[in-house]
Amino acid sequence: MTMPSPNLDSLTPDVLPAGPVRALSPSDKANWLRGLWDSAGMAVILIALMVVLSLTVPNFASVANFRGLALSVATVGMIACTMLFCLAGGDFDLSVGSTVAMSGVLSAVVSNATGSVTLGVAAGLGAGALVGLANGVVIARIGINALITTLAMMQIVRGLAYIICDGRPVGIQSDRFWGLGINSFAGLPVPVWIVIVCFIAFGILLNRTTFGRNTLAVGGNPEAARLAGIAVTRTKIIIFTMQGLAAAMAGIVLSARMTSGQPATAQGLELQVISACVLGGVSLTGGIGTITGVVVGVLIMGVVNNAMNLLNIAPFYQYVASGAILLAAVMVDRFKQSYSA
Amino acid sequence: MAADGFLRFQNVAKSFPGVRALDGVSFQADSGSVHALMGENGAGKSTLLKTLSGVYRPDAGRLVIGGVPQTFRSTADAIRAGVAVIYQELHLVADLSVEENLYLGHLPNAKGWVNRRVLRENALRQLASLGEDISPSTRVGRLSIGQRQMVEIAKALTRDAKIIAFDEPTSSLSAQETDRLFRVIRSLRDSGRVILYVSHRMDEIYALCDATTVLRDGRHVETFPSLKALPRDTLVQRMVGRSITDIFSYAPRPHGKVALEVDGIAGPGLAAPVSFSVAKGEILGFFGLIGAGRSELLKLIYGAARRTAGTVRLEGRMLDALKPSSSIRLGTVLAPEDRKKEGIVPMRSIAENLNISARRHFSRFGFLINPAMERQNAEQYVSRLAIKTPSVRQLIRNLSGGNQQKVILARWLSEKPKVVLLDEPTRGIDIGAKSEIYSIIYQLAREGVAVVVVSSELPEIMGISDRIMVMRSGKVSGVVPRDQFSAERLLNLALPITDHEDTRVAV
Repeated sequence: MTMPSPNLDSLTPDVLPAGPVRALSPSDKANWLRGLWDSAGMAVILIALMVVLSLTVPNFASVANFRGLALSVATVGMIACTMLFCLAGGDFDLSVGSTVAMSGVLSAVVSNATGSVTLGVAAGLGAGALVGLANGVVIARIGINALITTLAMMQIVRGLAYIICDGRPVGIQSDRFWGLGINSFAGLPVPVWIVIVCFIAFGILLNRTTFGRNTLAVGGNPEAARLAGIAVTRTKIIIFTMQGLAAAMAGIVLSARMTSGQPATAQGLELQVISACVLGGVSLTGGIGTITGVVVGVLIMGVVNNAMNLLNIAPFYQYVASGAILLAAVMVDRFKQSYSA
Repeated sequence: MAADGFLRFQNVAKSFPGVRALDGVSFQADSGSVHALMGENGAGKSTLLKTLSGVYRPDAGRLVIGGVPQTFRSTADAIRAGVAVIYQELHLVADLSVEENLYLGHLPNAKGWVNRRVLRENALRQLASLGEDISPSTRVGRLSIGQRQMVEIAKALTRDAKIIAFDEPTSSLSAQETDRLFRVIRSLRDSGRVILYVSHRMDEIYALCDATTVLRDGRHVETFPSLKALPRDTLVQRMVGRSITDIFSYAPRPHGKVALEVDGIAGPGLAAPVSFSVAKGEILGFFGLIGAGRSELLKLIYGAARRTAGTVRLEGRMLDALKPSSSIRLGTVLAPEDRKKEGIVPMRSIAENLNISARRHFSRFGFLINPAMERQNAEQYVSRLAIKTPSVRQLIRNLSGGNQQKVILARWLSEKPKVVLLDEPTRGIDIGAKSEIYSIIYQLAREGVAVVVVSSELPEIMGISDRIMVMRSGKVSGVVPRDQFSAERLLNLALPITDHEDTRVAV
């Protein structure tokens, strides 16, 4: 056997040769097929699901229903974008549901008090960002476990939401504020546009920026990332701050849709968001995650809930169904991994 | 004992996506003999052991034990057939006691109620048969690695194992523990068992084994029924497929001006401040025992650990790098010791791992990455460093250790560094890949890069260094120029002054 000897003419070339891209070898093709299944397996399931539901559930395949469906996944979708970064970065955030409620209430209170929607929105976003920043600093700089930190923050922030409004829902006076949740633009409700923009923006952030790639490296192996010169602490703090901001945005839009800030809203939302991400193939141990996966995960959850509503299935059963779907998805994923290992 | 071929592999084949791990391997091992399994990393030894232990089912071929063909559907089947495989990472439950571990899964019991007295007696008997005096009630987590290995062996004996396979059992043992292990293995052999022994260490193979089988690229190369009068070179040549006499192929180079100057650096892991300098084009070796402070020193220089005193200058410029990113920017890079824990991001691709740092050079505005350039850079280094992979999109964890290390080197070569710090660059890497990594190191030095290499392998550090600094217990104990290299001198500087026995050096 001859060893392939390295070509050592020059190890550190100054100019990168602009060679043609190599033709695909058979194993490349095998990888590509597996990659397709890895990334699109869930998408195939989503499409199959939609076809079946269109044929079997009355009123499922209608423009009005799809618009409603899109609106219903907007909240989860916005937060899932940043939860993707959080999970792929090797962390966890349970505080988003509380942040949604708190920032919604705060925006309502501030906009009512000042008469300025801008100020109200800014206050909500600012508060959300602060919650995220606090999470990030405690987790990344002080080194407390993310689960514990955000569990604590979940309760603190929920408490703040009640404190801000003294426990009572705050009706929003400005109809310009309502518009954030109710108005439509080019046939789609504003929240749907926001979530679409989020998916695109965070997709670009993950795939096309050093920050996104660093996130995956930090989640995949924090020590290797640190020794490779990545600012691990800073990356994590930014991720959590973004997460707080996204939750706040979702909270403001949600309060606009409800025309009031509700301190008790969005309980358990964090689990829905994490479920959607996991359905979309995001690894809970970090290092793996794609935006298309998250979109698919969010849609699967939305489609199933929507169909169950159309079929008038009682909410109690819906919980059972959502849990079962999550479990099934994770098992499919597990099976896929052991098959390819 | 007679050559009875108690354990036979017959045309065993196993493939994984993109890799033919075993390609029709046939050989036999006899009872009452220690049979070495040799080959470079990726030769198929681990896969072979895993088919033996029932972890993998062969795609083709079969195992015959004592004349009976076997199909293992699970590891439990293999255990029932009398096979025990003792892996590098031991499979013991740290929070349970020794005795509970010994009888894990078959605790002596009556209708589910554990009979503690019988358990204790049996455990004592098994341990005594190995000459161990560990208390059966000790938690396994409190035992040394050597003791745990004995527990693992005793566990195999409680299951009446006829075939015991060891996978690199000495990699974390002291010399004394190794001697003990060898005595135990010999007595197991003398009791008529088949022992398979996987190791990279030639000395051990020659000291312990009766026969040896060499694998290469998943194929059976040759089985030598006796190691007596078998020259090492022959064995190495079978493993590598070529002679390895010129593995180091050292040639002196001109040295330039001083590149790295370390003055009085101190910090965690060092007992006294360290000063030294390296010239452009020079290869400076750091030799010492594990724990002598060499890795810590590199991390202090690199800024991965906080230094408490001292200065580092790079080409005369003060390098106040207190974090890796600033070191990298100024041209000092580190390939860390523990590739898995500190080097690679296992679930990401080769390209991703390779461009992790250098991508900023071809990113727009410093943050918008350029996928085409990244792919090109990765493909270029994959071909330059002969990294064996079907594609740069392959996950790095699917590569062999040597190829992973080349990716790490490529990561830093793309930074065009001035100083390269290499911590155990060839640990756990097969001989072929080692010599390729040496060529890369020489080439770097010829291009005027200052190279600092930490290694615990004496032949390696003597083979490639221009100068060796020896460390002992967190201090520099001596500096030896190349014309004065001798194993004796280096070892004397490295060994703790009181204890000359307790150290072996890998070959």
